[in-house]
Amino acid sequence: MSNNNEDHTGLDPEAIEKLRSQASELMEQVNAGNYARAMSLISDLGDVRDQSLYREVGRLTRSLHEAIRNFQIDPRNAEQQEALSKMTDASDRLEYVVQMTGKAANRTMDLVEETMPKAMALKDQASAFRDDWLRLRRREMAPEEFRDLYGRLDSFFVSLAEEADTIYGNLSEILLAQDFQDLTGQVIQKVTTLVKEVEDHLLNLVVMASHVDQLTGTVHELEVQEESPDKGHGPQMKAAERADVVSGQDDVDDLLSSLGF
Amino acid sequence: MKILIVDDFSTMRRIIKNLLRDLGFTNTDEADDGNTALPMLKSGKYDFLVTDWNMPGMTGIELLKHVRADDNLKTLPVLMVTAEAKRDQIVAAAQAGVNGYVVKPFTAAVLKEKIEKIFERIQ
Repeated sequence: MSNNNEDHTGLDPEAIEKLRSQASELMEQVNAGNYARAMSLISDLGDVRDQSLYREVGRLTRSLHEAIRNFQIDPRNAEQQEALSKMTDASDRLEYVVQMTGKAANRTMDLVEETMPKAMALKDQASAFRDDWLRLRRREMAPEEFRDLYGRLDSFFVSLAEEADTIYGNLSEILLAQDFQDLTGQVIQKVTTLVKEVEDHLLNLVVMASHVDQLTGTVHELEVQEESPDKGHGPQMKAAERADVVSGQDDVDDLLSSLGF
Repeated sequence: MKILIVDDFSTMRRIIKNLLRDLGFTNTDEADDGNTALPMLKSGKYDFLVTDWNMPGMTGIELLKHVRADDNLKTLPVLMVTAEAKRDQIVAAAQAGVNGYVVKPFTAAVLKEKIEKIFERIQ
């Protein structure tokens, strides 16, 4: 990417020099009464303006193409390389982020849903044993009952170790399921860079367009589009710094209670 | 107690479903936007609606307005669980007749508190 720091007046020095010489010649011809030549000079002046405009638009278009071509992820292994080589545009990449995060969320929830009943069952078993144990300590337990408890305790210890292993394993897998953040983070950073580059170039185009408007005396009537209030805006950024946005549930509750909720 | 959960993201529906189950509500159905939810509400005899705001098709606030305009549904308790955090949106939801508003990201405790508050008020 180049020329970001260049002064984008829409005219290069060569064109300005050309304009200057043609302008002074135009003055001379008008003063001399040579109007036919003067008219042709005016038309040449217009050509200079158009040409420098086309040149600038062309340059910006090339830069945009370059920015889009350069937009690629560094593949880290063969599997990813294959998957990523298919992704050639930002929307594909963002779709990939949605998929990866969705997959990780579902994997995590699978494991949580598998683990929670195990923890609950262990808790139930432990509290049942505690009741038995207290009865034993109070010497309220018949010998037959004690033999039964003895056997149950034995198998409980075996299953306790097994279940704890499973729970530990599931927690490790939940930990690993968070590895998407590394990959999606990289993809999002790439997309952000592209968006910034495109934004810079669009800004240049807007600046150029405003020069064209000045040259041609065009005035645009900007229509303010009213957004439907029912439409969602999604999550708000920098909520703490903004007065029109709540910064959390406490804010919501305060607002609602001020409305009589 | 039959509950309909409306959100366009299946992961969020699953989270809410799990939290509701922990609170003892096991009879839940899911819909991915207002257009899917409304016919379900009309025929399904639901006791409670949990809905997101920002969804393709019919949004949550539109769904809420449809519910309040329907003679058979207008008393249905509605809890909004959404990332929409603009003050005028919360005011609009209150004016449309929402019973509770939970802003994402939320905790299990907040969801529990709001649901309990809604049922307290109804009983």
